[in-house]
Amino acid sequence: MNFFIKLSKIDRRFIYLFIALVVVLPLIFKPKFPVVVSKPVQDVYDYIEKLPEGSNVLISIDYDAASMPEQQPFLEALLRQLFKNKLKPILIVQWQLGAPLGTMGLEKIAKEMGAVYGVDYINLGYRPGYVAQMVGIGKEIRDYFKVDYRNIPLDSFPMMKNVHNYNDIALLVGLEAGSTYLAWIEYAGGRFKQKIALALNAVSAPDAYYFYQSGQIVGLVGGMKGAAEYEVLVDKPDLAVAGMASQSYSHLVIILFIVLGNIAYFIEKGMKNKEGGK
Amino acid sequence: MLKGKGIPIFITFLVGMIMIISFFIPHKPFGDIEKISLNWYSIIAGFTMLLGVDSLIGMHFRKLKRKDENWFFSLVLILGFTATVVVGIIETVRFGTAFDDKSYFTYIYNYFIVPLQSTMFSLLAFFIASAAYRAFRARNFDATLLLITAIIVMLGRVPLGEQISPYLPKFTEWIMQVPQMAAKRGIGLGISLGALGVSIRIILGIERSYLS
Repeated sequence: MNFFIKLSKIDRRFIYLFIALVVVLPLIFKPKFPVVVSKPVQDVYDYIEKLPEGSNVLISIDYDAASMPEQQPFLEALLRQLFKNKLKPILIVQWQLGAPLGTMGLEKIAKEMGAVYGVDYINLGYRPGYVAQMVGIGKEIRDYFKVDYRNIPLDSFPMMKNVHNYNDIALLVGLEAGSTYLAWIEYAGGRFKQKIALALNAVSAPDAYYFYQSGQIVGLVGGMKGAAEYEVLVDKPDLAVAGMASQSYSHLVIILFIVLGNIAYFIEKGMKNKEGGK
Repeated sequence: MLKGKGIPIFITFLVGMIMIISFFIPHKPFGDIEKISLNWYSIIAGFTMLLGVDSLIGMHFRKLKRKDENWFFSLVLILGFTATVVVGIIETVRFGTAFDDKSYFTYIYNYFIVPLQSTMFSLLAFFIASAAYRAFRARNFDATLLLITAIIVMLGRVPLGEQISPYLPKFTEWIMQVPQMAAKRGIGLGISLGALGVSIRIILGIERSYLS
């Protein structure tokens, strides 16, 4: 009994230590966990697989370094699939601090897959005022992106010659750390009937489920788990799959702490009731 | 005659009506007006950054001047901000973009901004674990229901759940797609109807609190 009472008053630094250990140790020893693909993730993959060769896919980088472990593995897995299927990614950025992450991922995978800049893919960079941009792209993308991220005119790139608005984009994939995806659904989806797939941080993924069920988005990749599922689908297990063991054990430890905390709470409550009854 | 608060109320009404009409009639002249409005919106959005910078730097300068508690951190912020802006401008002129591989701005981004942002977000895991241990108690029926659901979802959303039972992820998916979504939809509809009501009140000049 006393043990549980003492446990309820445990120094929080011990909790931090436990969490640190269960996050770091699996990353070192790499235990294997089977990753089962869920339907919302499978739907994104299948939709892209069915796109005709040469289709343009608009990727919106709406995250920054804080969400890098959740979003970057998905970006890389997605780009592998796009380049493999000869689809053409057009990268735009709504979060300024996400621009280098998008560029880094795009350049890394393009190099790996032998894609040529301006022919197989393009990076348009960041522009302020995302709502205006989302509506504006529905009319003419050049109104907002006259040049690419290196200030080279868009018309000098072969792949952009016939790209003007959402009619020329087969799918929009939003990688989202905040609520920018709501505007994508409202404006690009609602007004211009643009097909949308979303990758959200685990914390905000539940918010997008009703868009998935109502068919407003073709699929949903939630957090690092979703990214791990996508890595499995493109047959290239990478950082997200490696992170699954850490995530599994850290969830387990948090649950154990909650259970222990509750046992201590009920023992303490029982003792107080007993004392009160005397 | 329009005077005082009547002028901003009239402008709000006019702009609001134009945006509504141009949504349903995207042809001339409304389509062009919408395009111009969106360009203005982008320009204003760009300038809001200046307002933010002014407010941030101003506050930390005042802290520094008064030698308030933790003034040293204000000094670090001002120096860090100045260095980042100066390096960003120089490297944009040198390479055409601040994020060139050889740019010092990329160095600042990779070795300062990325670790700082990642650290801030990572700390959440520790705080959540500690807070859950101390505060997540089955005090009543509602709290117990929440506790059990949280445990199921936490296990079902990681591969460990599949190891425990193949039904656990399926049950988690059901929780996410049915009860969770029903509640979210209700909240979402309520918020949307509320926003719609407030928007109409603002356009018609009934709601004026934004003017004060």
